[in-house]
Amino acid sequence: MKELRLILFAVLLAFAAVACSCSSDRSEDEGSVLHRGIGTEPESLDPQKARTTQAGDVLRDIGEGLVGYSATGELVPAAAEEWTVSDDGRTYTFSLRPEARWSNGDPVVAGDFVFAWRRLVDPKTGAFYAQFLADVANAEQIIEGEEPPHALGVEAVDDRTLVMRLERPAPYILSLLTYPSTFPVHPGSVAQHGDSFARAGNLLSNGAYVLEQWTPGSALSIRRNEHYWNNGETAIDTVKYHVIVQNTAEVNRYRAGELHITSNVPPDMFQQLKQQYPDELRIAPTLGVYFYGFNLSKPPFKDNPGLRQALSMAIDRDMLAEKIVGRGELAAYSWVPPYVQNYEPPVFSFATLTQEQRNTIARRLFAEAGYGPDNPLRFELRYNTNDTNRRIAVAIQSMWREVLDVETTLVNEEFQVLIANVRAAEITQVFRSSWIGDYDDANTFLSILQSGASSNSPGYASDKFDSLMKQAAEQPDLERRRWFLEEAEREMLADHPVIPLYFWVSKHLVSQEVSGWGDNVLDYHYSQHLSLSATR
Amino acid sequence: MLRYTLLRILGAIPTLLLVIAIAFMMVHAAPGGPFDDDRALPPAIEENIKRYYHLDEPLPKQFLRYLSGLVRGDLGPSYVHVDYTVNELIADAFPRSLKIGALAMALALLAGLGAGTLAALRHDSWLDRVVMAISMTGISIPVFVFAPILVLLFAVKLNWLPAGWTSSSGVSRYLLPVVTLALPQIAYIARLTRASMIDVLQRDFIRTARAQGLGTMNVVWLHALKPAMLPVLSYMGPAIAAILTGSIVVEQIFGIGGLGHFFVNGALNRDYTVVLGIVVFYAALIVFLNLVVDILYGAIDPRVRYR
Repeated sequence: MKELRLILFAVLLAFAAVACSCSSDRSEDEGSVLHRGIGTEPESLDPQKARTTQAGDVLRDIGEGLVGYSATGELVPAAAEEWTVSDDGRTYTFSLRPEARWSNGDPVVAGDFVFAWRRLVDPKTGAFYAQFLADVANAEQIIEGEEPPHALGVEAVDDRTLVMRLERPAPYILSLLTYPSTFPVHPGSVAQHGDSFARAGNLLSNGAYVLEQWTPGSALSIRRNEHYWNNGETAIDTVKYHVIVQNTAEVNRYRAGELHITSNVPPDMFQQLKQQYPDELRIAPTLGVYFYGFNLSKPPFKDNPGLRQALSMAIDRDMLAEKIVGRGELAAYSWVPPYVQNYEPPVFSFATLTQEQRNTIARRLFAEAGYGPDNPLRFELRYNTNDTNRRIAVAIQSMWREVLDVETTLVNEEFQVLIANVRAAEITQVFRSSWIGDYDDANTFLSILQSGASSNSPGYASDKFDSLMKQAAEQPDLERRRWFLEEAEREMLADHPVIPLYFWVSKHLVSQEVSGWGDNVLDYHYSQHLSLSATR
Repeated sequence: MLRYTLLRILGAIPTLLLVIAIAFMMVHAAPGGPFDDDRALPPAIEENIKRYYHLDEPLPKQFLRYLSGLVRGDLGPSYVHVDYTVNELIADAFPRSLKIGALAMALALLAGLGAGTLAALRHDSWLDRVVMAISMTGISIPVFVFAPILVLLFAVKLNWLPAGWTSSSGVSRYLLPVVTLALPQIAYIARLTRASMIDVLQRDFIRTARAQGLGTMNVVWLHALKPAMLPVLSYMGPAIAAILTGSIVVEQIFGIGGLGHFFVNGALNRDYTVVLGIVVFYAALIVFLNLVVDILYGAIDPRVRYR
C-alpha cells in the first residue's frame, strides 16, 4: 500500500513537470551584448520605490535624472542641459533638453519630474528614499502628512523649465538629482498600469536603455532606447544583468567567459584572482566606512569618552587594513573618507603617532577611566555573521586583550537580528556597522550622527556638533560650509562615539573586452559609457 | 465516491490552516523586519511604508487579512520584490524548480537502479567495489561542495557546459544543476538496490528461473528487479524531500530563480509574504497530492471508501 502511494506520488509529480513546459527565457543575442553580474536582484525598477545599489545600477542605465555622472564620476548635465542657481543658493532653475524623449517617443517634460517628485514624498507611495528630497521646500511636512504633495517646492514653469526651491542651501543637491529616486516617471504609464508599471513591456524609461525582459530571481535584459537623446553615443545594444547571489559562483561564471563584469570579488579568492587576472581586477576607493559603534545610552560607554578613546587607540588599523582585510582598503583615521570632494577630513589626534605610542596613551586613558587588574573591563562585541567580520572581530579582540587586558566576548548574529538589537540599544555594547555615502559630499556621512537622526546607531548626541552641522546647512558659501563641516567632524572625533576602522574599496573583475570603464568613488558604471571590443 | 472525495477535501482544510497559522507566527517572531537595513528610515517614512503594507496593524488583524486574501487565492505583495506579487513569483519560479527536481529524480532512479543492479550482479568483483566506492563518495560530499567542483571542471576548465542558468537558453543549462542534485540520490539508490538485489538473487524463485534456462538479463528484468525495488520505493519519500532541500543550494549556485532561491532570500530579508506563500504553496501541494492519491486509492480499491 505504501509503495503504491509513492509510485502514484512520483507519477503525479512527473506528470506535472511535463505538463508545464516553460519557454526559454533568453532571446537570441542580437548585436553586441554585455553580460554583467549584479549580485542580488533589484527589488524594484520603480524609481521612487527602489532602494538598493543593485536597483540603482539598472535604473541609471534605463533612466535619467536632471544631472548625471561621467565615466570617471564628474557631474554632467543629463535630462537638463543647463541650470542656474540663485545667489542665496536656494532656488535652482533647470532647462530641460528639448530632444529628451521617453522610450515611446513622448517628450520628457518638466511636469514629469514634478509628478515623480511629488510621488516620492507622498506618504501614500510608501517610498523608502523620500528623504532624498528633504531639502526641498515643504518636503518634510509632506512626508509627515501635514501638507499635501502639491505643496512641494517644485514647479514646471513650462514644458522645458523646472524651478526647485530649497529649505536651505544644500550644495550637494545636484548629486542627489543623479539618484534614481529623483528620476522622472511617465505619468500616463503610471496611471495606466498602477503597481505593475515597472515591468518589462509596461515600463517607459527616458535613459539610454529600456527594460526588455525580467525573469525574477534570474536575469534582467535591457536594450538600446532608440528614442534616447544621446543614442548615437551608446555603443552596446543589449545588456544582460545576471542575478547571482553567491560571489564565488559569480567569479566562476566570469572565469567560464559568461560574464564581462562581476558585481564583487569574494574576499577568500582575492589573492588568487589578483595573480590570475592582474589587469582585470579593478580596485578603487569608494564612499564607505566600516566601523564599530558604542552603545552610548548604557554603561560602561555612556559618558566615558576616555574609555572609548582608549579602545579606539589600541586598535592597529594599518595592520587590520593590510593583513586582515587586505584588498586595498585604507585604514580609517577619520569618519569621512579622505577622497570626498571639497573636503579635507580632520583626523584623530593620535593619527601621527606610532602604534606603540598609541598603546601607551591608551593604557593611561584606560587606567584613568578606572579600569585595570583590580577592575577588569568585560563587554560583548556584536557583529553580523560573515567571514570578514569574524576575522576582524577576532583580531580586534586580541589587540584589546594584549594592550588593555580587556575581555571581549564575540557574539555573531544574523544581520536582521543585529540591526534590531542595535536599534533597541538595550543589550548591545559594541557593535559592527558600516555606512555607505549616498552622494559625494561629507554631509552624507556627518548628518547621520546628528542627534535624533534615524541612522545614528550609537545614539550620539552633542549640542556642539549639532549646532556646527546646522550652521553648515545654512551656508550658501562652499568654503564657509566646508569649514563648519570640518569643525563638526573634529568635534565628533574627539568624543569617540564610533571607531572608524577602514574605508571601503569597490572590487570588480572587468574583462579586457570592455572599454570605457572608469574607477570612481561612487562605484557607478553606466552601461552607456562602455563598449565591447569583441563579442564573446 | 463523491461523498468520500468531499470528506477528504474538508479534512484537508484544518491541516492547511494549522500550517498557515504556525508559519505566520514563526515568520513574524523572527527579529527584524523586511525594511530594516544599515540605513534606518526616518520614523515618518517607516510609518508610511508600514501603513502602505498594513504592517502597522495588530498581528491578529494582519493574520485575518492574510487569510481573507488567501481565500481569494491572493498571497499578497512581496516586500522585497516590490514590482511583483507572491502569486506571480511562485507561478514563474515553480515550473523551473519542478522541472529540475523531476529530471533529477528520474536520473537518480535510472542511474541508481542501473548501477546498483550491475554491482549486485558482479558482487565482490572490482566493478562492485568501484561502484560502491563512487557511491560512498557521492553520499559523503555535500551538494555545495560538489556543485563548484563540477562547475570548475566542466564550465571553467573544459568550457563544455554553462556555469550558470542564465548564460544559455538551451538544454545544456539543465545538465549541471540536474546532475548535482541527482548525485547523492544516485549514490543512495545504488547502494539500496545493490543490497536488496544481492538478497533477491539468492532466493529460490530466482534459482528456479535460472534452472528453467532464463538468461541473466531476463532473470533480472522479469523476476528480480521488482522485488529488489521495494526498499528503493520506500526511500522515494525521503528522496523527494532531499531533492527539495538540495534544490535550495543548487538554485543559489547556478543562479536559477526557482522557489528555493526565493525561499532562502525571503527568509534572510524577512520577506514575510514570500516565505509564507511558499510554505502555504508547498503545504497545499503536498496535501493535494495526498488527496489525489487517496481518491485514486478509493477508485481502485472499493474497501478504502467504506473504511
